[in-house]
Amino acid sequence: MSLFNLSIKDLHKKLVTKELSSSELVDESLKRIQQVEGDIQAFISLDEEGARARAKLVDERISSGQAISMLAGLPTALKDNMVTKGITTTCGSRILENYQPIYNSTVYEKILAADSIMIGKTNMDEFAMGSSTEHSAFHPTHNPWELAYVPGGSSGGSAAAVAAGEVYYALGSDTGGSIRQPAAFTGVVGLKPTYGLVSRYGLVAFASSLDQIGPITRNVEDAAYVLQAIAGHDHLDSTSANVKIPNYTEALTGDIRGMRIAIPREYLGDGIDPKVKDSIAKAVKVFESLGAICEEVSLPHTEYAVATYYVIAPSEASSNLSRFDGVRYGTRYDSAENLIEMYKKTRSSGFGAEVKRRIMLGTFALSSGYYDAYYLKAQQVRTLVKQDFERVLVDYDLILGPTVPTTAFKIGEHIDNPLTMYLNDVLTVPVNLAGLPAISIPAGLVDGLPVGLQLIGKHFDELTILRSAYQFEQNTEHHQLKPQLGVKI
Amino acid sequence: MEISRTTIEHIANLSRLNISNEEADSYQAQLNSILHFIDKLNELDTSQIEPTSHPLDLSNVLRADVVQESLAREEALRNAPSAKDDQFRVPAAIEG
Repeated sequence: MSLFNLSIKDLHKKLVTKELSSSELVDESLKRIQQVEGDIQAFISLDEEGARARAKLVDERISSGQAISMLAGLPTALKDNMVTKGITTTCGSRILENYQPIYNSTVYEKILAADSIMIGKTNMDEFAMGSSTEHSAFHPTHNPWELAYVPGGSSGGSAAAVAAGEVYYALGSDTGGSIRQPAAFTGVVGLKPTYGLVSRYGLVAFASSLDQIGPITRNVEDAAYVLQAIAGHDHLDSTSANVKIPNYTEALTGDIRGMRIAIPREYLGDGIDPKVKDSIAKAVKVFESLGAICEEVSLPHTEYAVATYYVIAPSEASSNLSRFDGVRYGTRYDSAENLIEMYKKTRSSGFGAEVKRRIMLGTFALSSGYYDAYYLKAQQVRTLVKQDFERVLVDYDLILGPTVPTTAFKIGEHIDNPLTMYLNDVLTVPVNLAGLPAISIPAGLVDGLPVGLQLIGKHFDELTILRSAYQFEQNTEHHQLKPQLGVKI
Repeated sequence: MEISRTTIEHIANLSRLNISNEEADSYQAQLNSILHFIDKLNELDTSQIEPTSHPLDLSNVLRADVVQESLAREEALRNAPSAKDDQFRVPAAIEG
């Protein structure tokens, strides 16, 4: 099935010339989903009827000669923490099992306005808390490369759906690495934009100062098109940045001669798998062959970033998740004697273990007597982490390293040890703490599993990230590797 | 810093969570190991460092104080587990 090897640009051309129709694309997606979903389980829900109806409308528009956007007619999927009016949005949790939002997230409004076709909502760790999608209240998702392995998390469903060829692109969210790490584990492209570039209105909040929505795609150019469609100031999100949005796709083909790339020694330390380090070293050679100057630097506070994140994120989460109390929406535990009991029973039965763990950790860190020692302290270290990056990015355009210390691990391997799971995030969380943009791109395979390369840029400099990622991609063949899933794609 | 069993129960109450004895045991162990890891932050002297609560330099993002459309009541109540007289219905907050 060669359709899934076509880029967004190529698909758009074929739709415009009517060589393909959106209805055909939706058919192919649904057929593919039927073939592989039993094994992958990337989705929580599908909207087949809605997708077919929308595809028909798009085909009519094309027939009548109307111009269509780049993403028009293309099947896509949204992580299930982005609200979609009238379409169940669960956040991977029992507490929202039957929740049908009364409004659309801004990103979904943009997807609709672009005439793109959302096929379904994808699986995730509950409330985005996790790095493996094993904490979904419903079921785990399986890595298309090795079904016994995790796809990463928390946007594991979105990444697996793209890697398995079920949709052409997907949206994920990233608070501590939740777009980039699953992209790395499943051999696709995942971009976390600068904090504030993409509206968080309608993204069910996990950690408000860290969350960002971003594209997960099969190649860098596709990511540029998707970013173009979803980026921009939103008056409904008071943390939305009022910046001019450049043309991301026009900038891709500039060469990167003379680009200065910093490689932090802390990103290639002892905790990183030697084979992963090897893949990164090979990637550095490619950048050098393209004329980039790669130099070692130090980000000395890297070793404190995970601890900082695991105070700040749970603290913000404990506040954000207090809205789930059974009063206005979501499941309510019915037989309770008084209001407090109702809250407790609802939340205890509705939330999974990891969510409860983080709520308690956050509540503790913010509680009287401990606030200064934990939350305030973590915010101060956050400043130090941010300053490390600012210092390096004065003299360099980009920072490069592996996205994750290892390749994907087996389902069940880390589930009983939260701390081991958290340490997985060492290379991704610093980026969220600083609010910087970063992309993970495929950098080859190690023992049959994908390795991700991470490029971190200056605030609002997605152009530089996309250009260098694109040049690397076009000068290697990693992005052409596809998982073998019974039926070839 | 070691969290005591009493503190776990206090936190659970603040978080509006019921936890069984087994859960309290396991949360206590897990939270203690996580906190032990977090204590690493004390290696750093941050006495002169300003906290960062937000990555962007934004403050007081407000709109003009002009009345705009708001959510219709039926919409707001649409997902209510229990509603009565155009309000959300909940168990009594106060005893007797």
